[in-house]
Amino acid sequence: METTSSHFKENARAALVDPTLRRALDLARVGFSAKRRAAYDRLPEFEALRDEAKAIKEHALAHLDFYLEEFERKVIASGGQVHWARTAAEARDAVLAICQRLGARTVTKGKSMVAEEIGLNDHLEANGIVPIETDMGEYVIQLRHEPPSHILAPAFHLVREQWTDAFRAAHTDLPEGRPLEEPRALVDEGRQVLRQRFVAADVGITGANFLIAETGSTAIVTNEGNGDLTQTLPKAHIVVTSIEKVVPTLDDAMTLLRLLPRSATGQEISTYVTFSTGPKRADDLDGPGEFHVVLLDNGRSAMLGTEFHDMLRCIRCSACLNHCPVYLAIGGHAYGWVYSGPMGAVLTPSLIGVDVAGQLPNASTFCGKCESVCPVKIPLPKMMRHWRERQWNRGLESRRTLVGLKLWAYFARRPSLYRWATELAARFLGAQGAARGRLRRLPFASGWTAGRDMPAPQGRTFMSLWAEQRRNRA
Amino acid sequence: MPPVKPRVGLFVTCLVDLFRPTVGFAAVTLLERAGCVVDVPMAQTCCGQPAYNSGDRADTKELARRTIALFESHDYLVAPSGSCAGMIREHYPRLFENDPAMHARAEHLAKRTYELVSFLVDVMGMTSVDASYPGTVTYHDSCSGLRELNVKEQPRRLLRSVAGAKLVELPGAEVCCGFGGTFCIKFPEISVKMTADKCADIAATGADTLLAGDLGCLLNMAGRLSREGSKVQVRHVAEVLAGATDQAAPIAKPA
Repeated sequence: METTSSHFKENARAALVDPTLRRALDLARVGFSAKRRAAYDRLPEFEALRDEAKAIKEHALAHLDFYLEEFERKVIASGGQVHWARTAAEARDAVLAICQRLGARTVTKGKSMVAEEIGLNDHLEANGIVPIETDMGEYVIQLRHEPPSHILAPAFHLVREQWTDAFRAAHTDLPEGRPLEEPRALVDEGRQVLRQRFVAADVGITGANFLIAETGSTAIVTNEGNGDLTQTLPKAHIVVTSIEKVVPTLDDAMTLLRLLPRSATGQEISTYVTFSTGPKRADDLDGPGEFHVVLLDNGRSAMLGTEFHDMLRCIRCSACLNHCPVYLAIGGHAYGWVYSGPMGAVLTPSLIGVDVAGQLPNASTFCGKCESVCPVKIPLPKMMRHWRERQWNRGLESRRTLVGLKLWAYFARRPSLYRWATELAARFLGAQGAARGRLRRLPFASGWTAGRDMPAPQGRTFMSLWAEQRRNRA
Repeated sequence: MPPVKPRVGLFVTCLVDLFRPTVGFAAVTLLERAGCVVDVPMAQTCCGQPAYNSGDRADTKELARRTIALFESHDYLVAPSGSCAGMIREHYPRLFENDPAMHARAEHLAKRTYELVSFLVDVMGMTSVDASYPGTVTYHDSCSGLRELNVKEQPRRLLRSVAGAKLVELPGAEVCCGFGGTFCIKFPEISVKMTADKCADIAATGADTLLAGDLGCLLNMAGRLSREGSKVQVRHVAEVLAGATDQAAPIAKPA
């Protein structure tokens, strides 16, 4: 997928003045977090489960090679095939080769962020194969030719009218004057259209939330059942996923499943949880004739053992996005690549380079909300700070910030000089703002004063007043 | 249990020092009323957070070393800020993970470092204050204090004992105000959007006074409220708890 992460600031600025996006984000601002909160309050062992989930993922990552090979053995034993892909290109080509061998003309797709990461749809289209997204939100944004803005709710950035417009523009074979304003009508129409696509598809592609080493199964959670139709009807089911999704056992997957929907949508469990083990067996009534798992690395193994290792625990629940005041202010597209919000701010520089995505880990107030809601306790702010350290050490920091900070540190290391300078500043700014108690404009802090006043200092520093009091008492 | 008359080193914080000495004096008053002996090491400057959060480890460590040397012999370090106290308590030890001697000193200081109001309640056992404030106040939970130091109930508990003050809860009190240190300068548009949302929540409470425990957040919110022409008065919680509101105009208001 193309990236605009290096234009994060410009993207964010545009997002902030987009009235439709504002409406969509303001509507969504409280929904997810209130639902997670309610789910949290209903489950007394939530905190204990977080520790357990973290331990499961830590263990799996510490023995990643073992569990991946075990997973492959079990996939093969159940009649499936694993395709190891070091890069996005290798993963794309693996999927394409299967589709071409089967003479596929259309493929249906369940929602998959890894498929977004490798730019699968564009690649299939370029090779004459039509991919059809079957998650309702993903379907709408495919019609609009835009990427998802949220790892769980791809059309998070849209308001209802935009869905209606997209459907009217795409479904030209349906009567023009049909009512399409109510959510129910939209869902019904989407279903009706997609139903034909499911039946016609030659190959079905899904992602995976978990890979289970002991059984060679892949698992997905959905609320629409589209994943099941995608994978059971066509000739082949291709799971496009990444190496860090593996867990040792079904029990482990169950533990993580207790946290995933609760952290994401506040549901106790998603409407569907689907486990896939191999292709259709002789006595099965339904199922795909072939079962393939494309296992993507794409930079993940290089994160093992680094300060970004913990990021590989992520189960893509989206709680950090849903609770992030920065994400909720600007939406996901501003982040400029597949992953957004706090998890994207850490993961994106790892996958596409900090020189491209360096602004992302800077765009955080370190409020810490993301870490506090993460079901696997990923220290997201800490890792964003590590990215800032790398940028600092590589001289990627802007000259203005660099000079400002260096100057400040020079004074802060010299207490007497610092005392003198702060007293001067307090007196000068205090005098400037004394009449109104505030300053409307400051030449060296226009970023601050563009949208808010600078409260005036009281006119003396605490330290000078304190020293004066001590002298007078003595 | 704290010593009978613990010797507290007041970490003034660079923002209180420069912008609002009243908060420093209010902190001294509260600490003395709680039975502490207050000392203010004159060579203190800044905890190093701006450098730390910008990725500049070398300067951060240098400033941390200075702060540790200045405060390690006190019974406690207390700061009228959850952000600076959090830096010293949570992050100083991490800075010296590869330097056992400094790490031990950082840990030693971290263990005795507190944010002002939680120190008064949790360590000194303060349950009420002798102060009055006429008005309806609401309280914003600053992020570092809340999530790093569990400052939540302590300020509310003491505020409920202030004569004449009515405390109303701020919806979204735990949502960041958009300050974020260098964030507000690096990403001003995003920051202002977050602050404007916060100000709308503040207005919706109908409170005439906004309080918080961190001057960075307070300057940010007061600056935006002032730009919006709001009548809401903004103060550091210590000013109200110390009964010192007659000593200075609210933040961003003329004397």
